[in-house]
Amino acid sequence: MDDLIAEFLTETNESLGALDVDLVNLEQNPNDKDLLSNIFRLMHTIKGTCGFLGLPRLEKVAHHAENIMGRFRDGDLEVIPDYVTLIFESLDRIKDIIAVLEETGQEPEGDDSELIEKLDAVYEGRDAHQAGGATNGAAPPAPEPTPEPAAEAAQESKDSEGGDAQDSDELQALFDSVEALPPDQIANLKMPHEMTAEEREAKRKEGEAVKQEAEPAPAPKAEPAPAAKKEESKAPPPAAAAGGDKPVVAQSLRVNVDVLENLMTMVSELVLTRNQLLQILRTQKESEFSGPLQRLNHVVSDLQEGVMKTRMQPVGNAWSKLPRIIRDLSLELGKKINLEMHGQDTELDRQVLDMIKDPLTHMVRNSADHGIELPAERAAAGKSETGTVILNAYHEGGHIIIEIKDDGKGLNTDRIKEKVLANGLATEEELENMSTQQIQQFIFNAGLSTAEKVTAVSGRGVGMDVVRTNIEKIGGSIELRSTEGKGSTFSIKIPLTLAIVSALIVEASGERFAIPQLAVKELVLINKKSETQIENIKGIPFFRLREQLLPLVSLTDLLKLESKKIDLPKAEPPVEIESQESANEDEDAAIQVDPEQSQNNPEENSDYIVVTQIGSYLFGIIVDRVFDTEEIVVKPVSKILKDIEMFSGNTILGDGSVIMILDPAGIAKATGKAEGADSSDQTAEQEAVRGEEKTSLLLFRAGEGAPKAVPLSIVARLEEIDLKTVEYSSGQNMVQYRGKLMPLISVNGTKQLGSEGNQPVLVFSEHDKSMGLVVDEIVDITEAHIDVQVHSKDAGLIGSAIIEENATDVVDIGYLLKKQDQNWFKNHDDTPFGDEDTSSAGKKILLVDDSPFFRNMLSPLLKMAGYKVTVLDNALHALRMREKGESFDLIISDIEMPEMDGFEFAEKVRTEESNWQNVPMVALTSHDTPEDMARGNVVGFNKYVAKFDRDMLLDTLSQTLNENANVNDGAA
Amino acid sequence: MNQTTTVEVANDDDYDVEYGTAKEFLTITIGGQLFGIPVLQVEDVLGEQSVTEVPLSPPAISGSLNLRGRIVTAINVRKCLHLEPREGKHKQMSVVVEQGGELYSLIIDEVGDVLNMNNKDFENNPATLDPVWKNISLGIYKMDGQILVILDVPKLIDSIHN
Repeated sequence: MDDLIAEFLTETNESLGALDVDLVNLEQNPNDKDLLSNIFRLMHTIKGTCGFLGLPRLEKVAHHAENIMGRFRDGDLEVIPDYVTLIFESLDRIKDIIAVLEETGQEPEGDDSELIEKLDAVYEGRDAHQAGGATNGAAPPAPEPTPEPAAEAAQESKDSEGGDAQDSDELQALFDSVEALPPDQIANLKMPHEMTAEEREAKRKEGEAVKQEAEPAPAPKAEPAPAAKKEESKAPPPAAAAGGDKPVVAQSLRVNVDVLENLMTMVSELVLTRNQLLQILRTQKESEFSGPLQRLNHVVSDLQEGVMKTRMQPVGNAWSKLPRIIRDLSLELGKKINLEMHGQDTELDRQVLDMIKDPLTHMVRNSADHGIELPAERAAAGKSETGTVILNAYHEGGHIIIEIKDDGKGLNTDRIKEKVLANGLATEEELENMSTQQIQQFIFNAGLSTAEKVTAVSGRGVGMDVVRTNIEKIGGSIELRSTEGKGSTFSIKIPLTLAIVSALIVEASGERFAIPQLAVKELVLINKKSETQIENIKGIPFFRLREQLLPLVSLTDLLKLESKKIDLPKAEPPVEIESQESANEDEDAAIQVDPEQSQNNPEENSDYIVVTQIGSYLFGIIVDRVFDTEEIVVKPVSKILKDIEMFSGNTILGDGSVIMILDPAGIAKATGKAEGADSSDQTAEQEAVRGEEKTSLLLFRAGEGAPKAVPLSIVARLEEIDLKTVEYSSGQNMVQYRGKLMPLISVNGTKQLGSEGNQPVLVFSEHDKSMGLVVDEIVDITEAHIDVQVHSKDAGLIGSAIIEENATDVVDIGYLLKKQDQNWFKNHDDTPFGDEDTSSAGKKILLVDDSPFFRNMLSPLLKMAGYKVTVLDNALHALRMREKGESFDLIISDIEMPEMDGFEFAEKVRTEESNWQNVPMVALTSHDTPEDMARGNVVGFNKYVAKFDRDMLLDTLSQTLNENANVNDGAA
Repeated sequence: MNQTTTVEVANDDDYDVEYGTAKEFLTITIGGQLFGIPVLQVEDVLGEQSVTEVPLSPPAISGSLNLRGRIVTAINVRKCLHLEPREGKHKQMSVVVEQGGELYSLIIDEVGDVLNMNNKDFENNPATLDPVWKNISLGIYKMDGQILVILDVPKLIDSIHN
């Protein structure tokens, strides 16, 4: 038998089993949308696969049944028992055909027109229920459900297969007993129709029950395997079951995953025992066991590797049927398609492979059907007549990336928009503000197919939503890039395996925990000598990691571990650390540190920060010690421990001890800061540069009115100054800070400082200058979209934003700094130009600057002015975005940058083949010398703006955009 | 190594204590009271084990331990029964049971014999029994000079969950 058919049979049997159950559920909950989509999908898959395998009877029945389910799903056909019965009937027919197919490898001859007619009648609304109580004459076709050939087939399979076929026959008989009423009788029964329906349902349930009871039965009968195939997933390959006269595929066996799981557990035990033996051996010199033990050692290692391998399969296995599908598709659709596959040997866990098989098939099918154009269209578009679909798989940092790339027509954004509007997924206004890429993301929503025609292949809106769901189920993510006219690329990122993960073993308060390596970005060691220390705001620790304030969470506190030995840094804490620190000090004094423990831990006074990333949210976990990275086997936590969100599982380490696996997402959630950080939506890299990204804000109170906020990332330090040390010199308050005088400013400029007590200060630094902003109280750190609602009249404020449902003033630090120190940004030009231009709304701006300070400062400012801002830290990244086909209305670039400076960047942008050739560019610099400006003009900058003059910049932007628009208008 | 005594392992699913078809119980002592666990539910009896604490877990959960490659959740039955912790130093004993495909190790004071009980000695929970105990007991057997309280293992485990 054909391998494909064999596989199809196994799969279909599994799907059918699921369908039976789902349909019964559906009848009880006719409004369950998820259930409906699920059923529809299953039927769709069956239909789709049949089409490719050349099984016309199956395809037809499935297609017509799917039609009805499509109407169910769209909500324009009520789910009533009669229709469900009809679907059941179709399912039985499919089962019958499949039974014969299993036997002979051929679809049996037969006629399904009667059944199809009934299905169509319902689909087209011609049946009794929909035609508004049709008369007897127009009554539905004779409800005799099993025409001859199928009955024969059933008979046949019954004879040959025993148990299973009998089940379905029993079931059939139950249906028949209810259904086989002549039409006039049905008409008579019209009044008590509800009862009949109930009866039928009851009967059917009975039938289900009979079936469920009967199903396990075939096994002890020592029947050959076909009957057992119904039992989900544990089914042996049909080929093996088919007996002598069919070719037997001997190279592979289907083995229940549980068996492998058990094997793995036992091997783990064996490894532990071996380790113990080796340990004993080490203490004994000259043992006669050493030889055999060494051999045992090797064998066990090999065995372990071998067992691990049983779970791994090359990704090519999931691709094996794709060439045929593409071939058939190209014939069917009259297209020329070339399928290229790279990286077939990339191995991944069987379980994962199974999960992505269907999504992959779907996507390749989509690429061929929707993506690749007809040869004539391609020729007209100046492409070669043959379209190419490229599949590529490769490893990347503990993940497997699978790319599906086509050089077809790409996604039609306008059509997606129409569909989105038609489906009410977004309003026109919302769409207006979305980038092309965001709009394209809509194809991952249910019911959104852009194929203009519903074909047998695709176009029903099944697909991308399922694909996404399935991939996310296994902790993967899917990304889409598409350029209209050039093609689309989908990349799927999935974990290598679900069972084994690489984890970092850490210790807090004497307890060990595992943190999945994937979430760990870096490790930071802090001890007394470290330059940067953990700082505290109201007892909440933070750490300055390079230029960013990193929120920290102590594992000991988080898990409420007894503080046996925790040592927060005491080396000149910049801010008086409150309760926590002093409590620890007390404890340290009271508890003598166990000498053995301190021996184990030479860096007694050090802490480790495990920098962890969830989506775009970066935070640090403070731990006492860091051990090795280990490959661990993830085991689910016990049911009664499931409620603890901090753990994603537990595992047994090499030394036999049980440890808990921390769930970084759970920790982030527990710290209350990561809501909405959706790692599945976009890759972190993309998120980081997107203008709509959430910003960490430091909330504080200063002066009257609403709480105020500044972007956390521009705050260099948080200090508390003793007001006694404040000096008044050259017209401003100053304080000695790190050997220099630091000017102190306040938000409204008029604040009178007291002379006693401590005052919190936010310190901003750029190069060797620092400035302190005196505030009354530091409130919190939060993540929010800077979405400025009201333009502020006060020049010191960017405006008010709604942060956590409170009106919050976002402080324009740039303005304050400039006001304080004219030289802060080496700025000499302070003449404000006209008001901000409101026509800037929605223009897309790319900002390239290597200094995080400026990036963080400018981005909210530009957003406030109505621009959509994409921020990048490197000109090379910008060029990469150009290659990806992103487009912008204007580019702002810094001049002095590492790797590629602004001049070089501008030259590259202005090259002939660049699609950014005509995008206006504004240079941003602190060196506004005439020479530099001249050079800037030569390489292609339209304007030159000094850092940092907010009015000047905004004015320049709107001017430049207007000029450019005029030029373009003129040209057109 | 650990002292491990396998009592009896059986997989008879039809077994049901409520109707009195089962008569064999493994007796255990907690706080001087004799308890019985239907013998067929017992997977293993363990001596002292090294248990990893599970932070943030309900107080009745002592932690997790590794039993031949399977992770077992250790439950302090004294806490479930709202008894004071045991005084003095004793060797810890526990009985491993399976519930819903997961293993639990019930930490108790002492393990006694397997007793064969007669159905006529069975009685439902006395109305005045402590409500906490009533909830996790299937009933009692009258013995000479002693009362054997039959533990309802699934309910015992459920009671921790809530």
